[in-house]
Amino acid sequence: MTARIGVVTFPGSLDDRDTQRAIRIAGAEPVALWHKDKDLKQVDAVVLCGGFSYGDYLRAGAIARFSPVMEPLIEQAKAGLPVLGICNGFQILTEAHLLPGAMLGNDHLHFICRDQKLRVESANTAFTSDFVAGQEIHIPLKNMDGRYVADARTLDMLEAEGRVVFRYLDFNPNGSLRDIAGISNEAGNVVGLMPHPEHAVEPLIGTGRTDGLPFFTSILKKLVNA
Amino acid sequence: MARVVVDVMLKPEILDPQGQAVQRALPRLGFDGISDVRQGKRFELEVDGPVDEAALARIHQVAESFLANTVIEDFTVKVEEVAEAAK
Repeated sequence: MTARIGVVTFPGSLDDRDTQRAIRIAGAEPVALWHKDKDLKQVDAVVLCGGFSYGDYLRAGAIARFSPVMEPLIEQAKAGLPVLGICNGFQILTEAHLLPGAMLGNDHLHFICRDQKLRVESANTAFTSDFVAGQEIHIPLKNMDGRYVADARTLDMLEAEGRVVFRYLDFNPNGSLRDIAGISNEAGNVVGLMPHPEHAVEPLIGTGRTDGLPFFTSILKKLVNA
Repeated sequence: MARVVVDVMLKPEILDPQGQAVQRALPRLGFDGISDVRQGKRFELEVDGPVDEAALARIHQVAESFLANTVIEDFTVKVEEVAEAAK
């Protein structure tokens, strides 16, 4: 049976179709979820994709965090459902307190769009098992509010517990503390990152590399082996 | 009818590049002597009915869970004006 991976569309989501496509290319079945859905249609995992949910008018992800679909998502994420938050999805996950810290506007105040080099710091999450720790990858990054912040105690805890999953290499594009590009929750089933793996799954587009594909094959493998 | 004002500010230890950009522009406009600017948000909530303790407690809850992100922001709640009828 094919793994079913939900992709939530909020008003203002931009990357839902690319994410569905990446899931299909990885060999799973994408399931469209709507922000007003009150259940998750029994999917095996969920991706919160990039964009500007509800216009990000209050803070990035703050309004989406209270949409109907988030109620079962928060409950099931706490119970172990794999959830990947990309960019706006990462912002929603911090606003929902499924991941610690918060996302703020880039320190240079500009929208940024570039091919970003990252180091995979942890292969011990539901979405990174097809990488090896220390691996360097290139995937596109595009954001306005990508500055990850948390207090020093939280940052130390994340480092000590191996929950800094991705770090920016060579260039910090947004002023993120300790060059953090992505983190996970304690169990490793909830992962958030700012760059966009769904835009790097085919050699013809994006960076010209397919460094984003292991995100989606990792979760597939985990679900198949579960 | 009454108005309740919720002011939200980034915590002092959080970098505020917007405020810094404003501060840097001030000398160009001829304003000297401003050493720091921090930019916040102000929400004005028009409340139907009396702003009693229960209503204020509810607004406080909304401010804490939604209007402000207390990981990075502080907030204050104050009643700005209370119509006579509401007293």
